[in-house]
Amino acid sequence: MSELTKLTIAEARDKLRDKEVTSEDLTTACLEAIDGAGVLNAFVHYTPDQAIAQARAADAKLASGDAPAMCGIPLGIKDLFCTKGVPSQAASAILDGFRPEYESTVTQNLFDDGAVMLGKLNMDEFAMGSSNETSTYGDVINPWRRGNDDAALTPGGSSGGSASAVAADLCLAATGTDTGGSIRQPAAFVGITGLKPTYGRCSRWGIVAFASSLDQAGPMTKSVRDAAIMLESMAGHDPKDSTSADLAVPNFEAMLTGDIRGKTIAIPREYRMDGMPDEIEELWAEGRKMLEDAGAKIVDVSLPHTKYALPTYYVIAPAEASSNLARYDGVRFGHRAKLDQGDGIVDMYEKTRAEGFGDEVKRRVMIGTYVLSAGFYDAYYNRARKVRALIKKDFDDVFAQGVDAILTPATPSAAFGLGDMANADPVQMYLNDVFTVTVNLAGLPGIAVPTGLDRQGLPLGLQLIGRPWEEDELLNTAYALEQSAGFVSKPAKWW
Amino acid sequence: MSIDTETARKVAHLARIRVEDDALPALAEDFNRILGFVEQLTEVDVEGVEPMVSVTPMQLKRREDVVTDGNQQAKVLANAPDAREGFFAVPKVVE
Repeated sequence: MSELTKLTIAEARDKLRDKEVTSEDLTTACLEAIDGAGVLNAFVHYTPDQAIAQARAADAKLASGDAPAMCGIPLGIKDLFCTKGVPSQAASAILDGFRPEYESTVTQNLFDDGAVMLGKLNMDEFAMGSSNETSTYGDVINPWRRGNDDAALTPGGSSGGSASAVAADLCLAATGTDTGGSIRQPAAFVGITGLKPTYGRCSRWGIVAFASSLDQAGPMTKSVRDAAIMLESMAGHDPKDSTSADLAVPNFEAMLTGDIRGKTIAIPREYRMDGMPDEIEELWAEGRKMLEDAGAKIVDVSLPHTKYALPTYYVIAPAEASSNLARYDGVRFGHRAKLDQGDGIVDMYEKTRAEGFGDEVKRRVMIGTYVLSAGFYDAYYNRARKVRALIKKDFDDVFAQGVDAILTPATPSAAFGLGDMANADPVQMYLNDVFTVTVNLAGLPGIAVPTGLDRQGLPLGLQLIGRPWEEDELLNTAYALEQSAGFVSKPAKWW
Repeated sequence: MSIDTETARKVAHLARIRVEDDALPALAEDFNRILGFVEQLTEVDVEGVEPMVSVTPMQLKRREDVVTDGNQQAKVLANAPDAREGFFAVPKVVE
């Protein structure tokens, strides 16, 4: 049975349509795999009854013919997505006990196509983190290990549960969200594919908001083809999200020819960081060669404001977070602190938020409060928004030169050990997103594709950045890279 | 610019997060590290640059000004820590 959980979405779809397997078989196999993988701490809320019911409904739909590609595919759902009647906590204690009365648009789209939810996946609290160590549910463990060393590694963050679950074959694919790299960095840390679509491609309605101008949902999958299939189901205009684009959703999978002859791929020189490990440098050079061998033209370009992306992000994201997270006040949902005799409403807010938020979330909410406060708004927030406009212009200029996609490393290192950054200052952790955060600031689509292993046997990924709304082209370039890299490694099962 | 413990206290209060006195110095230090990192934005020439409002220039959609939702009092209150007689209940607000 366990072989079933290793299937890609595309393989499972074909087997389901050929009546070789049923969705109930696939779902049962995944539920068993999840039961045996508690130590990874990837799934934090289980919905087996709902999963079996959805699987049976999918099987009925498949039997009647004409079922969508996602029909009967068992998925993990990041805890950031509100799922009706199922705990949805954004991995925060402040949302303890919260069971939404509604379904997020993205999960509803997937369910409408017949996808099956196995349960909710662990993540960094409110998606704030790069190592999945800020979750109220505890750390997620990466199924990969360094050689024979059994030290627990991070799966990255914030979509760490999604990454770990897909890499360990607990589900066929998972939803993620990406505000500064939260799909692409964990995908790279566990050797899977992670796609952040163009801002506005997927509705944000029903996804717990972190930084509304940056947040975007996307698929985390075992292949580029699967990312294409799953994105098509997740995406689309939604009247409930005024920033969701009213554009037709193409058949992304149909674009996957692997033919990138004549395409122009840019290598941005500012992404060559001081102190970048040789292995990342080599991986990048190999990727460049692979795309060149596939017939693409490679050009060197400059994105001059790259170094200001992280500081810009660490003004804008906390500012938006401080506003979004103001709703967690102990009144309408989630946790409320026990109050002392005589406590007023401000005591209730302050105690509730002190108890409910973890340290990283508090830090970012307060930084956001500070940069938005009277006297500092112009110096920090408005300046950051201006620099953000320049960062976007860098990309616009490069694309105007005829560049089709940009190739960069996905992360500055392979997965690191859980606890390794415990004593580092917060800024050190933020550097994890140095290659991915620019893409959120410019609203572009970006995809992480696994292309190699480091000397310790850990996966490494490259990132491709595309033009807005051209996920089809981007996926095709990623497909060509995937074909050339031929990455097939899986973590050895130890759990 | 340096944040002292008094400013940290003020920011914590503005954010409505209770921070005990003995935790304020460490918090101020964190703020200084992060704001120190952000300080490099002052190097950038932003003369004449409009602050970004939206990554994708798009016209906000309009719809008829009609009620599309409502009559869900029980659902709205279902997750409240304290709901009474169809209202959210909170400690006394006015003395």
